[in-house]
Amino acid sequence: MTAEVVEARALPLARLAAIPGVSTASGVASAAEHARTTGRVLPVSPALSGLLPAAGLRRGSTVSVLGSTSLMLTLLAAATAGGAWAVAVGLPALGVVAAAELGVEVGRLALVPRPGAEFPAVTAALLDGFDLVVVGPGFARPDIARRLSARARNRGSVLLSLGPWPGAEVELSCRRSRWTGFQDGGAGYLRAREVEVRAGGRGAAARGMSALLRFPGEGEVEKIDFPATRWGTA
Amino acid sequence: MNSPVRMLVLWCPDWPAVAAAAVAGEPVGRPAAVFSANRVVACTAVARGYGVRRKMRRREAQSCCPELAVFGEDDGRDARLFESVAQAVEELAVGVEVVRPGIVAVPVDGAAGYFGGEHGLLERLVDEVSVAAGVECQVGVADGLFAATLAARRSTLVAPGETADFLAPLPIRELDQPEAGRTELVTLLRQLGLRTLGAFAALDESDVSARFGMEGILAHRLARGRSERPPLRRRPPPELSLVKAFDPPIDRVDAAAFVAKGLGERFHADLAAHGLACTRLGIYATTETGEQLGRVWRCAEPLTPLGVADRVRWQFEGWLKVRDTSARPRSGVVRLRLEPEETVEGRSLQLGLWQAGAAGGLRPCTEDDGLAGERAGRALVRVQGLLGPESVFTAVLDGGRDPDERVRLVPWGDRREKSLLANANWAGRLPSPSPATVFTRPVPAEVLDEDGRAVEITVRRRVTAAPFLVSFEGGEPREVLSWAGPWLVGVRAGAGHARSGTRIRLQVLLADGNDAEEAVLLRFERHKNPMWTLEGKYD
Repeated sequence: MTAEVVEARALPLARLAAIPGVSTASGVASAAEHARTTGRVLPVSPALSGLLPAAGLRRGSTVSVLGSTSLMLTLLAAATAGGAWAVAVGLPALGVVAAAELGVEVGRLALVPRPGAEFPAVTAALLDGFDLVVVGPGFARPDIARRLSARARNRGSVLLSLGPWPGAEVELSCRRSRWTGFQDGGAGYLRAREVEVRAGGRGAAARGMSALLRFPGEGEVEKIDFPATRWGTA
Repeated sequence: MNSPVRMLVLWCPDWPAVAAAAVAGEPVGRPAAVFSANRVVACTAVARGYGVRRKMRRREAQSCCPELAVFGEDDGRDARLFESVAQAVEELAVGVEVVRPGIVAVPVDGAAGYFGGEHGLLERLVDEVSVAAGVECQVGVADGLFAATLAARRSTLVAPGETADFLAPLPIRELDQPEAGRTELVTLLRQLGLRTLGAFAALDESDVSARFGMEGILAHRLARGRSERPPLRRRPPPELSLVKAFDPPIDRVDAAAFVAKGLGERFHADLAAHGLACTRLGIYATTETGEQLGRVWRCAEPLTPLGVADRVRWQFEGWLKVRDTSARPRSGVVRLRLEPEETVEGRSLQLGLWQAGAAGGLRPCTEDDGLAGERAGRALVRVQGLLGPESVFTAVLDGGRDPDERVRLVPWGDRREKSLLANANWAGRLPSPSPATVFTRPVPAEVLDEDGRAVEITVRRRVTAAPFLVSFEGGEPREVLSWAGPWLVGVRAGAGHARSGTRIRLQVLLADGNDAEEAVLLRFERHKNPMWTLEGKYD
């Protein structure tokens, strides 16, 4: 490739990039890299990083997870193992043993199982002090949701909702799951699960991504190739 | 595995009776006994000489010994008088812990070195106690509190490392110490032909775990001279509580915040003057109309003046600004009492550069996680102010078989002590993955076979038919795609067995609407009427 060709291709790109609000792909990538190294993004396990626009949990953002507590716990794993603190509000039935198996550092996971009518005040107080705040389903009234998301943005915490959350930047949903481990006539036991996770949302997440993940009993969640033919085209 | 700390236990025999006689001013030679519900709970050696025994009726006891002095039971009196003994011991040794009135424990290492060996320390202690407190006592030394207590009853000095040999010939009944609540276990062990601690200790730990569960393992560790219960910390003398009256009454948070600052400093200074720091703070208020409010705050770290002030302010916020207006006090607070419910010695305050780590032990702070942890801790204490101290938890993973049994929730501020049993061999534990949702209140479920009959588990642990449809709490029945089990999980023989009935589990894979499979954990209990419940979801 000659120098003139490179220049000719770079010219329109440079013109476009000069428009305020437009950035190049490599610019977005380097911004994400910069954010990761400066601690603006909390790490997630490599299997999930491809689904999130910042390749991790960007501080100040709101993420909702639909239909899987395990997926939520997997999101917390790498960050809590790295020293971040997490709290679960309004999740009285959270399986702590499962959390530990999925890699969450249980010593840095606080639980407020029953916030009751004080939910907005409690969650606001927790957003002040915690890196990750997980809220249970059924608390997200639009006005409260807006206030709490703004608080998270302000304080640089990540608000994660198990269940729909109005205005969430990223929404991860579990579509299909397949379990392995059972044999005929009641023999065997649940061993591992394959789940198709779809990511959608606003801004950079709006393009929509999906991945097929494998949740083993113990150990790292793996990303396996997505065989489109197996599920049919979605 | 570390061997337990070498402990010295000083035991005053028949303490309730001795204390009661001393308070009443009875001469030492007069027989005395303490009664509860018309039965003897303790008597002096003189009374025993006349034939008075524990559990005797009052009339019987008095017929054995007509001049017997009769006293009622009074825990407060026992504790109050024992303070003089504890102080006498404190003169000679540091780290004195009152296990219960009548028994004091001291870690032996430092003091023995100072007094030139354990024998020297023992002599000085017995002298000091009989001179200063005027009571007789017996002393024993062994590894660990349990063994040391038994050694004290026998006035024995057990050489280091020989604790297991000392315990081996003792009767199994010794495991049933007051407040230990092991009566049932000990009776069962005796019925199984285990008459001595040695015979019990000789069993394999995993066998004990399989048969007797958690309680059995603890007792087994004691019998082998291993583990021990941490002794209760000393309760502070009452004059350390701080009472403050307000005129006009406080009914606004900002006024309370102002008062709290001064109170916190005074309270802390009073404690510090006694060389103490507070780890549990009781805040009690009386309102103008006579309502009594109160709450106890626990803290893992000793409270600083600012920490006390913060808690007082948060507590006022909690009382005055609670959302449910009917729960608010009807008038302003006129009297406030701060009570140190539990204290530690001031030297613990010097632990500034160390903090309780996530794993439960102490580890050095790095700047980063110290800050993050501190921020998180402040937010949690703030939430405790809104919801009460028993609303915020961290979880500790313990030994056990059930998904719910393996998790112990510790209120924020309490010590996260990891049980030693977490890594023991728990045969019959549910295989991983564990359910990500574990219902605290099991949801009733219905399991039907292909013909619409209810599926049950036979006495021989077989399903009566393959499950075909499952519904929860009267919801739509859903088709069973596959299933595994039944397994007998978390059942041990002994006390728990008869009460909980047989618990059997089944993993079931259910069809979900959009081409998904949902895995759930079902539990079957055969009580008077057999019942299925939904225990958890693998979601």
